Amino acid sequence: MSAVFEVLNLKKAFGGLVVTNDVSLSMQPGDRVALIGPNGAGKTTFVNLVTGALRPSSGEVQLGNETITKTSPAGRVQRGLVRSFQVTRLFQDMTPAEHVGLAVLQRTGKSGRLAGNFLTRADVMQEVIELLEKLGLASLAHRKVREIAYGQQRLLELAIALALKPRVLLLDEPAAGVPQSDTGRIEEALADLPPDLAVLMIEHDMDLVFRFARRVVVLAAGTVIFDGLPSDVTKDARVREAYLGSYANASHHA
Amino acid sequence: MSADLKVNKAADNAAKTERLRAGFIQRDLIGFAVIVIVAALGYVLFPDNLALLTRILAIALLVLSLDLVTGYCGVATLGQAALYGSGAYAAGILSAHYGVTDPLVMTLGGILAGAVAGLLCSIVMLRAHGLPQLVLSIALVYLFHEFANKASSWTGGSDGLSGITLDPLFGIFEFDLFGHTAYFFGVALLLLTFILLRALVRSPFGMLCRGIKEDPVRVRALGASPHRALVKMYVISGAVAGAGGALSAVSTQVVALDSLSFTQSAEALVMLVLGGTGSLFGGLLGTVIFMLFEDFVSAANPFHWLTMVGALLIAVVLFAPKGLYGTMESAYARIRKRHDGEARE
Repeated sequence: MSAVFEVLNLKKAFGGLVVTNDVSLSMQPGDRVALIGPNGAGKTTFVNLVTGALRPSSGEVQLGNETITKTSPAGRVQRGLVRSFQVTRLFQDMTPAEHVGLAVLQRTGKSGRLAGNFLTRADVMQEVIELLEKLGLASLAHRKVREIAYGQQRLLELAIALALKPRVLLLDEPAAGVPQSDTGRIEEALADLPPDLAVLMIEHDMDLVFRFARRVVVLAAGTVIFDGLPSDVTKDARVREAYLGSYANASHHA
Repeated sequence: MSADLKVNKAADNAAKTERLRAGFIQRDLIGFAVIVIVAALGYVLFPDNLALLTRILAIALLVLSLDLVTGYCGVATLGQAALYGSGAYAAGILSAHYGVTDPLVMTLGGILAGAVAGLLCSIVMLRAHGLPQLVLSIALVYLFHEFANKASSWTGGSDGLSGITLDPLFGIFEFDLFGHTAYFFGVALLLLTFILLRALVRSPFGMLCRGIKEDPVRVRALGASPHRALVKMYVISGAVAGAGGALSAVSTQVVALDSLSFTQSAEALVMLVLGGTGSLFGGLLGTVIFMLFEDFVSAANPFHWLTMVGALLIAVVLFAPKGLYGTMESAYARIRKRHDGEARE
């Protein structure tokens, strides 16, 4: 199978400070990859480079057969590279139905329509309600976002991303800030993601990483120091040295 | 899930959709009716002052156009009169220099000129954000003003553009000295604009613009370009402002330089804030109250009227920060919530 998403020798320097140094990563459809690394390893910069918020100093980003290194952030989304945010970025006065509806219309190229309300259009709303149902949000479809719980807002972020029908999904700490009692629902949703979707999850919570990922990439000081199976990551000397040490020891003792 | 349940659910959703649609149409009709009633009241109560009422209609269009970019999209501008004045001059010049005296064609010309001015302004203004954007808007309105001043062979310069003549509307209704025809023409123009804009602000595009105001990064992550959407909204806003300018040219048959002024832009912003940004009703309410207040106070006390306008503004900003309509709306929502609570107990 050929790669659906490929990062080649990506480099970013702010002045003399190199924050991403020669990072390469390749993903196949259906991959479940976790990107981990200590604070300051360059994870956020990596996400910004991949989504187009930052221009790399050198290197390439490829989606399918297309090089998207110079494509605008919106253009990358249109081509199927979709992200979620570490802290939810939702429109407080809009409803979940409006969020997902807007995403569906955007995907189908109808978000510029000057008339007609999609809340009254059966074809759009059917897809919206189906998606919200899948994530357990259907009963909140017409509530304002500011009135719904944070855990549900995280699920809505997922619903919006899925409504865009991505080929590659970047999840930036999808369970961050969610109370323990609600993380189960999010993990279910993550387990339920379309099987052919390539998912790259940036995550701190190692329990979640081990449950979700079939492959782990470790970033430290801007370079990839490990790329392999989750079961091997705690055994790797460089990883332990860089960051995981305490965790690995703790789990061995337990 | 059984087939029955699925059918039920689909029917349930359809019913919900139908309720939503009915709600929208109901609010449109209420808005339409309120405009008609207020317009009729104005006609009956102030038959000698139709010129003022028509001016209110023209400025209302300017304020609505400002609401589109500022209230719905969050673009800061103190130069909206550049679009209004472009519409006014285009309509006036068509008649005074090119012998196009059909009021409908003149209005169309004003709408087009406003849209073109909107496009030009957006290309310059959208390069910046926040305070620099505000400064650019001020620079633009001064440039437009200066251009109109210098191009005096077209615009009449500081003497104003005169010599505008008009055919009867639809070939039947003469534009009379008392301003009856102009007033009805203005009311019709405002009603038409209002209905179109109501549809616009709840369309997918309107929703997208509300999103851009709140979080452009989020909008980009949806795969939409905020810049392109804002340019489009600016063109639409220019068309609305241009219609207002054309109405002012048609009704007064002169165009003065101050229709393109910074002062006019700032006053429009004041009216919008007074009524409440981000809702069409707010823009309309703010315009009517500001202009009636201005007219009333300046007649009652010609020496201190500006002081009183200033006091009114401070009072509104301090005690009703969402504007008059916004504050009324949230008060109504609170009362309804309390009422619902009591009904449940």
